Amino acid sequence: MTARLGALGRAELTLLVRNRYALFTALLMPVLMVGVLRSSLDRVGLDRAGMNAMEAALSGGVVMMLILVVYLNLVSAYVARREELVLKRLRTGEASDREILAGTALPAIVLAVAQSALIVGAGAVLLDVRAPARPELLVGGVLVGIVMLIALAGATAAITRTVESAQITTMPLFLVSAMGSGLFVPLEVLPERLASVCELLPLSGVMTLVRTGWLGGGGGAGESAGAALTALAWTVISVFAVQRWFRWEPRR
Amino acid sequence: MTQVIEAEDVRRSYAGGFEAVTGITFSVSRGEVFALLGTNGAGKTSTVELLEGLARPSGGTVRVLGHDPYTERAAVRPRIGVMLQEGGFPADLTVAETVRMWAGCTSGARPAGEALEMVGLGGRARVRVKQLSGGEKRRLDLALALLGDPEVLFLDEPSTGLDAEGRRDTWALVRRLREAGTTVLLTTHYLEEAEALADRLAIMHGGRIVTAGTPAEVTATRPSRIRFVLPEGIPAARLPLSLRAAATGRHVEIRTHTLQESLADLLLWAREAGVRLEGLDARSASLEEAFLDIARNETVGV
Repeated sequence: MTARLGALGRAELTLLVRNRYALFTALLMPVLMVGVLRSSLDRVGLDRAGMNAMEAALSGGVVMMLILVVYLNLVSAYVARREELVLKRLRTGEASDREILAGTALPAIVLAVAQSALIVGAGAVLLDVRAPARPELLVGGVLVGIVMLIALAGATAAITRTVESAQITTMPLFLVSAMGSGLFVPLEVLPERLASVCELLPLSGVMTLVRTGWLGGGGGAGESAGAALTALAWTVISVFAVQRWFRWEPRR
Repeated sequence: MTQVIEAEDVRRSYAGGFEAVTGITFSVSRGEVFALLGTNGAGKTSTVELLEGLARPSGGTVRVLGHDPYTERAAVRPRIGVMLQEGGFPADLTVAETVRMWAGCTSGARPAGEALEMVGLGGRARVRVKQLSGGEKRRLDLALALLGDPEVLFLDEPSTGLDAEGRRDTWALVRRLREAGTTVLLTTHYLEEAEALADRLAIMHGGRIVTAGTPAEVTATRPSRIRFVLPEGIPAARLPLSLRAAATGRHVEIRTHTLQESLADLLLWAREAGVRLEGLDARSASLEEAFLDIARNETVGV
């Protein structure tokens, strides 16, 4: 099984390296996005959230990077492989459905983990951000975020006909998360009624785990448990959606 | 002999209610080359995809090597090789990278170089898949189907898109595989391919198997044919009645199950009557005629 995952992942990595647009989304976009977050946060009163603009930007940047590297990248990859009939061909071989999806996701997983470490490391070493207060929450948040975004990518690929239209079908989750999950503006800054609705969005739980894990604070164990629950619930829902609706060959 | 592939009353319906396979039964013995022959839309690919375990039949049972290929995928897949009618490989990988990826997903894979040599792609290992010709892509697909040295090989239109030489090469390869004991199920709409390769064949039309057997058995049920043109002034009515000739103007066609006798009758009559038969042509039934006959009659019947 690991041999199969490795073979699929290696091929997918080769394809990623040869696809300039995908490589740009996976490597440079996260850096740009952290910059955008940083400059937009200057105008927000962050005192209530108990963090400075750089801390908010970097912690939001981790989740933004997950969306770019895992979600955007994989929707395109799954759709491209499906339309090229690669997925159908793979399904005639020994790899199981899950191995095919996971193997294709492997480079994105490795990149996402590496970039998370890079952002946290760069923050601590270069930008004078504190070291993670509760590493287990940070790591857990990143991992559950990766699994959820892989599944959400599979579900989104099911409603995406071409690689080009992936730019449109990925928009809703991207915008909803950027606006409503606390990536740009920490939820603590929002009015309470709005914040409590936003807490239920797919990536809000992941964002809370990452921010609490890195910067500490937050509303204590209850809030972390609630965030973890939200994240796990969305993961289960999206895994179910993939099992139910994922398409392995083009609609003709 | 043990049955390696068994299909019993197999049906396949698509969303929207179209039934592409309407209850077919056949089996393939170990070491046999079996051809599913039919026009486009006859249901060949729909059938093969069920045997490969890509889809679940909507009725009937399928067994490959004694297992259900859909629900017992893990038991069947390591022992079969598949070449789809339209296979897909990432356009930006090279041939060698594609084989390496596939080898990583195949138990007991033979070396990449050997697999590529088998299909004559040895010199193209470093070329990107998108730069291959259509025929070369088919050969790459075949190389991957053979990578795990399978007991059973499914080839869906293996020579479509190949030039004459590529087709001969593929045929030679299938013959070598049969000699080595591989069971092969192939689909084709080339009659000469079925005739050249298949131990047994089934002709499909409209989702059903219309006739099945060895190529000789299938053609044996069909009449032979004699054709010629009568000279001006000799009406077809003067031909011996035993020949049951059908005339269109001066062109005459005789269909017969006893070619030798009919031909003797015709030639003796011609000598006695001093008639010269222009464009005389006598031929045994071919698979092609059987096939065209079936396609024509069935279409009229529908």
